[in-house]
Amino acid sequence: MAVVKSRSPPVRDSPFTIHYSPFTPLCYTFAAMQTATVPAIEAVNLTRRFGDVVALDQVSLAVARGEFFSLLGPSGCGKTTLLRIIAGLDFPDAGSLRLAGKDALCIPTHHRAVNTVFQSYALFPHMTVHDNVAFGLRMKKLPPAEIQTRVRAIMELARVSDLAPRKPSQISGGQKQRVALARALVNEPEVLLLDEPLGALDFKLRKELQRELRALQRRTGITFLHVTHDQDEALSISDRIAVMDQGRIVQLGTGEELYERPRTRFVASFLGGCNLLDAKVRERNGTNLVAETPLGDLRLAINDPRNGFTVAIRPEKILAAGNDLNAPNCFTGQVLETTYTGAETHSVVRVRNETLRVVSVNTTAAPRIASGEQIQLRLPSEALVVLED
Amino acid sequence: MRRAAEQKLSARAMLLSAPAMLWLLVLFLVPLAFIFSISFFTSGSYGELERPLTLDHYKRFLGFGAFGWEPLYPIIIARSLLLAALTMLLCLLLGLPLAFWISGLPARWKTFALTLVVIPLWTNLLIRTYAWQLLLAPESLLAKIAVMFGLAHTGDPLYPSLFAVCLGLVCDYLPFLVLPLYASVEKIDWTLAEAARDLGASGSNVFRHAVLPQIVPGMAAGIILVFVPATGQFVIPDLLGGSKTVLLGNVIQQQFGASRNWPFGSALATVAMLVVLLALWFHARATKRKGELL
Repeated sequence: MAVVKSRSPPVRDSPFTIHYSPFTPLCYTFAAMQTATVPAIEAVNLTRRFGDVVALDQVSLAVARGEFFSLLGPSGCGKTTLLRIIAGLDFPDAGSLRLAGKDALCIPTHHRAVNTVFQSYALFPHMTVHDNVAFGLRMKKLPPAEIQTRVRAIMELARVSDLAPRKPSQISGGQKQRVALARALVNEPEVLLLDEPLGALDFKLRKELQRELRALQRRTGITFLHVTHDQDEALSISDRIAVMDQGRIVQLGTGEELYERPRTRFVASFLGGCNLLDAKVRERNGTNLVAETPLGDLRLAINDPRNGFTVAIRPEKILAAGNDLNAPNCFTGQVLETTYTGAETHSVVRVRNETLRVVSVNTTAAPRIASGEQIQLRLPSEALVVLED
Repeated sequence: MRRAAEQKLSARAMLLSAPAMLWLLVLFLVPLAFIFSISFFTSGSYGELERPLTLDHYKRFLGFGAFGWEPLYPIIIARSLLLAALTMLLCLLLGLPLAFWISGLPARWKTFALTLVVIPLWTNLLIRTYAWQLLLAPESLLAKIAVMFGLAHTGDPLYPSLFAVCLGLVCDYLPFLVLPLYASVEKIDWTLAEAARDLGASGSNVFRHAVLPQIVPGMAAGIILVFVPATGQFVIPDLLGGSKTVLLGNVIQQQFGASRNWPFGSALATVAMLVVLLALWFHARATKRKGELL
């Protein structure tokens, strides 16, 4: 009895729909100003269980308006479940969800100002591309003339105008992706949800569509919530990223923050390659400390109160050091194998009993690392990150 | 080389399909040709086929008899078609929810439920129909319930009646509709329903635009499997309908049996077949268009 469900569709209060005039009551203007600071999505302690499996474990998240936000994680980490709850296709066991400041859990799926681009595209096979794109507006019973103009405009924007009379079975994967995008965007949703939209495409097309997706988001100003397991994709198109693991958000921040300062072993190794070293504190002096690692003694430019922790360093931050072995954090190692990948050389180097992955850029000046040789490596102390677990 | 291989393949396909083709030729097409030609002969006093060849039987079908024009047989055909259509509609109304319900059951119950659907077919049609006579008898539970709701008088049986015929037909043909329908319900891609919901479709619109188009093929197959045999059914109308509801099947059976008028029976059969083919053609056109529109 406590919950009063509203039967009418939610009022859209996006900045586009308010027309200012001298007669606009001041309170409306004020409300519009306020909504600009209200997050587009605000999830608090969302929990979802499937039997014994906890798919979402008290996930809290706030996505700002107009933001391109990515949920990144391995399959089964709960990112798709979170997306489905926001879309209204699934319901949480506990927690709350607000969309543009309004409680969304009591709004049925078809009245939420949220649209989804499905992983399988889910285009209606019996309808033409045009009818697929027009579907959402037809369901809203808009006047045919308005439907026509909006559909035409969005198809132009998504570059699928030529495909209008075709059936989904007659177009390619990349084209289906664009049509699915147009079909969702034509409704001008508060939030667009993208469930691994580029997963089924080949590498080159994926790169191209990533750029288009980013450009489309900028042009429309719609909040994008994007789910992916591809770290490159997440890094290159998102404003912010939440890394998920086992139903929890383990770290949230910009791509650079996540890559440069990962907080946990999981984030460090899931987002790009990473060398992880167990370290024991040997000596502290003021702002830095010396730690004993399998490589030897490492000088760190921080002061961590713990006596043992993990140190991470990205492969490309390890430098070939010349011959100055007395400089701090320099070690001699043997190159076990090298892989030439064009722009870079990836090598595996053994230092004592530890193997390090090293990436070096193939400039004309730098000597190429060759398999079998002895090299000196330097681990710059500013590139060493101390992890929390 | 590829061409030779293709030719070899098609030769093998012909060889493999030969028994079935031969079967159809000898047991279907040839008798059909017989029926068609018999319909132009004159029937002798003992039912033998005689010359001259005549169109009289078709005229009689159209209602031109010794006593002026009376459209007895067109009415019978129309009644048969209507009853078959009604049967089909009722089967569809019952079969749709049933198919969805079965496909939603856990895997091991599905097989069980499907077996239950098919079980009536293990019993002979005659026995099933006589069983209905018992179930609809004056002292039966069904009759008492009907009396309770004021639908029948005390002591009256519920048959012979149109209701009884319909009941018999629906129970007989329901499995033929449910099985193909179930097969397409199982294959439904539910992400399409989710996509429709996501795009703002309400429950009924989700069904109409995202679910129904996917089960049209199964529905079409089921409708044909029910409608076509139901037009020619004569055992059920005979046993549950009595003499008041004469249907196409009964008349044809009568002509070949008691009346010993094979030519007229053949004429009736030919016309009935044409009418059914026409109905199927309309149906095929309609489903094709619907599949695109819905």
